[in-house]
Amino acid sequence: MTGAAPGPMARPALDLARGVREGSVSAAEVVERYLGAIGEVDGELHAFVTVLHESARREAAEVDNKVAAGEDPGPLAGVPVAVKDNMCTRGVATTCSSRILDGWCPPYDATVVQRLRAAGAIVIGKTNLDEFAMGSSTENSAFGPTRNPHDPGRVPGGSSGGSAAAVAAGLAPLALGSDTGGSIRQPAALCGVVGMKPTYGTVSRYGLVAFASSLDQIGPLSTTVGESAVVFDVIGGQDPLDSTCLERPVPRSASALDDGVQGLRVGLVTELVDGVDAAVGARVREAAEALAGAGANVEECTIPELRHGLPAYYLLAPAEASSNLSRYDGVRYGLRVDADTAEAMNAATRAAGFGPEVKRRIMLGTYALSAGYYEAYYGQAQKVRTLIIDALATAYQRFDVLLGATTPTTAFALGSKVDDPWAMYLSDVCTVPSNLAGHPAVSIPYGADDSGLPVGVQVLAPALGEPVMFQVAAVVERSAPRLAPPRVRAGTAAS
Amino acid sequence: MSAPWEPVIGLEVHCELSTATKLFCGCRNAFGEEPNTDVCPVCLGLPGSLPVLNIRAVEYAMRIGLALNCEVRPSLFHRKNYFYPDMPKDYQISQYDAPINVGGWLELPDGSRVRVERAHMEEDTGKTSHIGGGGRIHDADHALVDYNRAGVPLVEIVSAPDIRSSAQARLYASELRGILVATGASDGRMEEGSMRVDANVSLRPAGTFELGTRCEIKNLNSLRSLGRAIDYEVERQAGLLEAGEKVVQQTRHWNEDEGVTVALRSKEEAFDYRYFPEPDLVPVVPDPAWQAEVAASIGPMPAQRRAKLAGLFGSTEPTPARTDQIATVVEHGLDGLVAAAVVAGVEPGLALARTSNEAAADPVGARRLDPGVYVALLRMEQSGKLSATQAKTVLTEMLENGGDPAEIARRRGFEALEADSLATVVADVVAAHPDEWERYRAGDDKLVGFFTGQVMRATSNRANGKAVAAELSRLRA
Repeated sequence: MTGAAPGPMARPALDLARGVREGSVSAAEVVERYLGAIGEVDGELHAFVTVLHESARREAAEVDNKVAAGEDPGPLAGVPVAVKDNMCTRGVATTCSSRILDGWCPPYDATVVQRLRAAGAIVIGKTNLDEFAMGSSTENSAFGPTRNPHDPGRVPGGSSGGSAAAVAAGLAPLALGSDTGGSIRQPAALCGVVGMKPTYGTVSRYGLVAFASSLDQIGPLSTTVGESAVVFDVIGGQDPLDSTCLERPVPRSASALDDGVQGLRVGLVTELVDGVDAAVGARVREAAEALAGAGANVEECTIPELRHGLPAYYLLAPAEASSNLSRYDGVRYGLRVDADTAEAMNAATRAAGFGPEVKRRIMLGTYALSAGYYEAYYGQAQKVRTLIIDALATAYQRFDVLLGATTPTTAFALGSKVDDPWAMYLSDVCTVPSNLAGHPAVSIPYGADDSGLPVGVQVLAPALGEPVMFQVAAVVERSAPRLAPPRVRAGTAAS
Repeated sequence: MSAPWEPVIGLEVHCELSTATKLFCGCRNAFGEEPNTDVCPVCLGLPGSLPVLNIRAVEYAMRIGLALNCEVRPSLFHRKNYFYPDMPKDYQISQYDAPINVGGWLELPDGSRVRVERAHMEEDTGKTSHIGGGGRIHDADHALVDYNRAGVPLVEIVSAPDIRSSAQARLYASELRGILVATGASDGRMEEGSMRVDANVSLRPAGTFELGTRCEIKNLNSLRSLGRAIDYEVERQAGLLEAGEKVVQQTRHWNEDEGVTVALRSKEEAFDYRYFPEPDLVPVVPDPAWQAEVAASIGPMPAQRRAKLAGLFGSTEPTPARTDQIATVVEHGLDGLVAAAVVAGVEPGLALARTSNEAAADPVGARRLDPGVYVALLRMEQSGKLSATQAKTVLTEMLENGGDPAEIARRRGFEALEADSLATVVADVVAAHPDEWERYRAGDDKLVGFFTGQVMRATSNRANGKAVAAELSRLRA
């Protein structure tokens, strides 16, 4: 396998699935190829926490048996998927990249994992993340950072950094991430892949280890827009196990991809362009011009309320997290540090099991919910959330979609922000509004900055606006400047 | 209690709903199973699991609210955050400032009315057993937790501080239990912990209105301990106040063995529960149609049922003994037996007596009884075919094993005496006890009991007590 040749590794996931369905390639071959790629370069990248050699081979054999028996193996037949390690996989360690879950194997699969398997996909491994999805660089993993395939001295973004790096480096054609404040889109942008956060309530959270329940949403990472649309169609839909799932049907997205943007109204959001690095902003404006050239009505607009999103987010998310993470008390599963009393055992376990960023957010959130401070912090942040929802609603009276940068910068150097939490939090400034509003958004790779580092352009849509969002994203993708292949990728180690 | 102090009492009653499954998952809601057998990822709070609200539990909560004259409102769940090993998520899903039922009242049999501030839904915790050492929390060797109870649906009913005595508190708890059972929402068993009572007690100078500093008493496992604990606490607080000291706001634990309340924690040590809206659940909005449906599904409450039974005796005020009998019948849900008997022509006093004494002594058996068969027995007694003692014996057997009263009577050889042979036996007994006969003739009616007893002995309980009394009366006339 060589990196330059347009071999099977270069084919998008959908071509692979077609090959498996038609019998031109077996799922077993596909899985071996990807397991080989992981073995080859993941020592350097550390995208995976767990690689599922045996179960992936077993699942591949099942797909091949179906094909041989003439049964429908599903739209993602034989396609390996890397799953962020905060989604439960039955009998397979699910770590959240935290020591506190040491030794815990869930007795059940997350709904998204079940749906992927039902569609013929193969879970090839569990990917690294910032502990409990708290972070923007994947440096907050208890198992060490993941590196950016485009520059191993730089971060892949986070918290779904492992999933983004795996797709970018060709270690999996598809991945799942979770996005609470940008954790799919930001690493997708920094690694040069597509990453999509669905409308809140369209994808079941059952089996996603909660960070901030009212903001968390699972979504796909892929090489192309079309593949993310297909994965969204596969994993979306009502689930009786998640009460916050919308009861109305989730709009199918993959079918509208080729409809173009003629006559669509696109708002270029000043706040998501002007505040970012010049190189990034320039790429966003190029994308806007490309959309105009394709027939869209592009207009610049300002939504000043968006600047309040980040502080509101950094109160609400830690508040919910402080409660969600209470259950890691050493009593039932995971790490236990013994002590004389239950209280002391609980304190010692949590002191030893959580990393510094998780502790910081638990403290922030506990404080924000405390008697006497609740209204000033949590209550105020909820009001800001409503303000942002209203401001976006107003914007969507004028526009079908909004356009902006995904991140304020391209990938930064490992270690450069670990001692400055606020600088790290600023990485999420362009992405948190969609989480606060529960709206969908997708990041599409759009060329590179002067150093050759990937830039992401973000398309935002109103709730359940996935079809039009993907429609616009597909046009952005077609106009995107070519991005050089990552320095670290499948095939490069051998060459 | 010292005269100048007026007790002010409010009760918080937790009752477990008798739904088939738990509040947020499909696990069985059962009592007394092997530890940790009725559990799943949701009620164990495993990472990634999510609660799904049991609509039947909402309906039961609405039944309770409607029976307590509450307004049923759109409501929210909140998280109540605190660490405790038997609470799987280390937060409890409860209702905070938007409970489902608000602003009701409960009328007690003595005519007093206690306001109900709210009746909200929440989940129960698991149960911790302290093992080794002295088996108590502070000297135990280790602890074991059973999560079968975790996630069992509860309704917490909070009264206003309208109660003024331990007797009234007991009456409230007892009446509330009757209502819970009548709605079918809970079995109200205090001994199994399916109904648990906490009492808030404070004192104030009689005739004043400002509330004093209160203490909350926990671990009240029976009506008796509720009464005793309140009496103790009132004495304790009165002692403090009279000595010029202050009552400290505390949570106190009732020690049943020693008959005292002991401080658990003070207000300063109270938890900050950091309530916030539960983001994993959506609001519960009981629309008017649903409320009407639930309201129609609940039968008459104990007060109405007692009034109906009292009505069987006409417009005269029932005697205290009869009031007790009525209360017992209603408490055990045996009104149907009495009603069936009266409709079939059985004298109401007899129907009430047998139902409140013999039948209520075996309520499980009584609820199994076929009313037609029960009525047949009472008619045998009323017509004199069976004596009272015989009828009780037959009824006890029917309660235990079922069966037809005539057949049981025949098998036991309970053939009532013919009227002429009864007259002979009575005459013999009178002749054998001339002194007693003289006193009876002189008007001492208590001796009817004596003669009846003698006749019963002579006839191996085959005589009918009423027939004996009638014969004695005839002889005296």
